Amino acid sequence: MLKPREIAVVGAAETTSLGKIPGMSNIQLHADCALNAIRDAGLKVSDIDGIACAGESPTNVAHYLGIVPKYVDGTGVGGCSFMIHVRHAAAAISAGLCKTVLITHGESGNSRIGLNRPAPNPQALAGQFEAPYGPFGPPTMFTIPVLRYLKTYGLTEEHLAMVAVIQREWSSKNTRASMRDLTTVEGVLGSRMIAYPFRLLMCCLVTDGGGALILTSADRAKDFPNKPVYILGTGESVETPMISQMRDFTSSAAFKVAGPTAMNAAGIKHSDVDHLMIYDAFAHLPLYGLEDLGFCKPGEAAHYIWERNTAPGGKLPLNTNGGGLSYTHTGMYGMFALQESVRQMRGTADAQIKGAKVSVCHGVGGMFAASGTIVFGNE
Amino acid sequence: MSDAPKRPRPQPTPETKFFWEGCARGELLLQKDNVTGKCYFPPRPFVPGTGSTDISIVKASGKGRLYSYVINHRPPPGFTAPYAIAVVELDEGVRMMTNIVDCPQTPEALVLDMPVEVTFEKIDDEISLPLFRPAKG
Repeated sequence: MLKPREIAVVGAAETTSLGKIPGMSNIQLHADCALNAIRDAGLKVSDIDGIACAGESPTNVAHYLGIVPKYVDGTGVGGCSFMIHVRHAAAAISAGLCKTVLITHGESGNSRIGLNRPAPNPQALAGQFEAPYGPFGPPTMFTIPVLRYLKTYGLTEEHLAMVAVIQREWSSKNTRASMRDLTTVEGVLGSRMIAYPFRLLMCCLVTDGGGALILTSADRAKDFPNKPVYILGTGESVETPMISQMRDFTSSAAFKVAGPTAMNAAGIKHSDVDHLMIYDAFAHLPLYGLEDLGFCKPGEAAHYIWERNTAPGGKLPLNTNGGGLSYTHTGMYGMFALQESVRQMRGTADAQIKGAKVSVCHGVGGMFAASGTIVFGNE
Repeated sequence: MSDAPKRPRPQPTPETKFFWEGCARGELLLQKDNVTGKCYFPPRPFVPGTGSTDISIVKASGKGRLYSYVINHRPPPGFTAPYAIAVVELDEGVRMMTNIVDCPQTPEALVLDMPVEVTFEKIDDEISLPLFRPAKG
């Protein structure tokens, strides 16, 4: 069993630019952040002996960088793949399969240069039992459970809008965030209707970018130039590739496995958490995440956010980069949530939480299809 | 033949063929776990979670309730906005994605938990899609 503080993040970087990057293809975005992270760790390319990535095969990334690794992980279950890569890499290093793992994400989500996205399969279950009814990407699928959630707990569209409002307060402090202007509940509800009840400002951005992490054993971590960020606990799960087949429209079964598994492995209580990232492709995700990870009771997360507990100055700072709604969202956002957790643990975030010692980073993959959670610490 | 774009057409597999053959006859067929008596969906020749092959195919009542939905304002080819992408919960307990027809595509008309009943839209000789409409009476 992997122990807390056995493995550390010793390199972390995003792509040189974020947002609109028409000068780089998908694979080059992987390489750009990989080289930045290798430089950040003070390593050479040839020091990397493990490769993990999603959106490109690890073969593509290893070949492009010129590495023949001893360990590969191509887990591709959507935007939380990178949390799961961290989990697998930590276990692999602990087991002695390799020493130094590079995890990369690069996605030309906006410019769509060399982007790898599979065509819908009309023989898959989703192709037979969902696609014929006209869902058109995540804005019309990920959002389907929400009216049931709102009715179950007596909540309104205003509660969803407030999630986006408070994340703008965070993004306004981040120099690299795509959307930094403050907004209001009225501003969110007045933005263009995408898929009722979701307006444009309740939906994630569509950007280009990437990020990379380098993991190694903690006993080596003191030899690196940056403050080590330790892996305290990890979790993963999957539920369903069909949003219509979620077991419970008010809760994610995968969240309820990944989150508690990670927090139990870390040996932490909710009150130990100084900083929280919950993957927010759409405004309802922080509500499901806060409840399924046990930070709030079912139905109480919207009130918790409304009362500014997760806002700047609140007791549980959440999505401090502005999230997928306002920082950046290339398609698979999870790597950017991990990067912000690492910055907070290093003490280098734009919206730095003073004295933060424990960060929980929770990801979703597909549309409530998968989940991965990492607990980081800096002591 | 019109060249206008059409909604994506499902392609049956060996495991789902009975379902689409039922739809073509105007019957909504489900599989039932003979041990627990519970229906499940989508089709597969064993019970999810147990792997039991002690199952039977049953004709569903075709009645259920509107469970959740969104109203899409950015239509893909083959659709005209705004239209609801809905999930209904059948009286037999399973949920399925569908569209709600014979009903304005507005939040005011699409009331959660309202009773709905199945109707079939013929796409071609092999495929008829199960859609739902507000239940009559």
